[in-house]
Amino acid sequence: MSEILALAGANLGSPIILSFALGLAAALARSDLSIPEAVAKGMSIYLLFAIGFKGGASVAAHGLDATLLMAVGAGIILSFGLPLLAFAMLRIMTGFSRLDAAAVAAHYGSISIVTFVAATSVLEGKAIDAEGYMVAVAAAMEAPAILSALWLVARNGTGRAMEPGLMREILLNGSIVLLVGSFVIGMVTGEKGLAEISSFIVSPFKGVLCLFLLDMGLVAGRGLRQSKNVLGLGAVAFGILMPLAGASIGLAMGVIIGLSTGGVVLLMVLAASASYIAVPAAMRVALPEANPAIYLTLSLGVTFPFNLTLGIPLYVALATLTVGG
Amino acid sequence: MQTHTAKRIEIVIEKPLEGRLTDALTKAGVTGYTVVPVRGGSGRSGPWTREGQVGRAGMVMVICLIKPERLDALLEAAFAVVERHIGIVSVSDALVLRADRF
Repeated sequence: MSEILALAGANLGSPIILSFALGLAAALARSDLSIPEAVAKGMSIYLLFAIGFKGGASVAAHGLDATLLMAVGAGIILSFGLPLLAFAMLRIMTGFSRLDAAAVAAHYGSISIVTFVAATSVLEGKAIDAEGYMVAVAAAMEAPAILSALWLVARNGTGRAMEPGLMREILLNGSIVLLVGSFVIGMVTGEKGLAEISSFIVSPFKGVLCLFLLDMGLVAGRGLRQSKNVLGLGAVAFGILMPLAGASIGLAMGVIIGLSTGGVVLLMVLAASASYIAVPAAMRVALPEANPAIYLTLSLGVTFPFNLTLGIPLYVALATLTVGG
Repeated sequence: MQTHTAKRIEIVIEKPLEGRLTDALTKAGVTGYTVVPVRGGSGRSGPWTREGQVGRAGMVMVICLIKPERLDALLEAAFAVVERHIGIVSVSDALVLRADRF
């Protein structure tokens, strides 16, 4: 327990978390601090490219094995399955309608790539290795949750047929294409390719992540300020309990398929995190009657800060205790 | 200078719907439109701003200028897309210089 608290304490004092806290505090205090949209988008493209490339280069260095397929399979199963658990928990813990509960559930089956990036940064800081292909697992987990949510709505007879083109948009959304594409480039060019551009994608990485998280703090703070009356106590409790439940399942699956300590941490983080980019856009098209203030505030205002501050160190500690390392 | 009457339609809609709306307008025979990013605003769903937004969040405004007799077909096509979504559709009278372009 003391080890977990020490890890959490060290994590809370890192520049990454403090940058997020600054953004959150500035937005809650109604400061006019803001990051222009184009800069935020540019930073997200940089982070996705860097994390994908480094993952691919790591796979090129260490080689592929059967665990890759099992990890991707586990990710897909988690993404399909977690919304069902989230939906059941929401129906018990909150007064949300079926539609709102299904839309929220989709977010919790999908992933937050920024939480994933922050976790890889924490692992690097602790010199804990993780399988490079976890980037591919992250990409595979983006979309299946949306199908589960649509099924949850459709089986009640309140849903409509999926709009033509929606599946293509989900599978080919920019973040998936960039993540998978840079992963493939990293795999093809390997360590040599990484050495060529490391001054761009390795050294400045943490600094850009700090600025990006400053922006995430601003967005989360604004969301919390504008939607403070949207979430009841049950919903906030869900936003903290659901990532813990997801991480526990991720831990079990990671251990079963034989991932390293770092790999288990990343699978826990993926299972614990909730989407706030790809899924909200898909929900606006597929389930427009669902209230975006509910799912965005829960995902970005409750679960994301929880994972970033307390969740990641907790997952690192649990994985280290279970797997060793 | 000679001017001609036209209808100006402004549709403010969520960004993820932009492609669907412009496709529907094209199918309805609209030969031109302009898409403008919207910086922020406030409505029944509360205030919002596109500052710092990542992904496909935010709103856009689609502006069309058409001949008055084509208004109903355009509105029917637009309404089929925007019916269930957050947004505003407004129509106003306008004057254009080159009628053959609309």
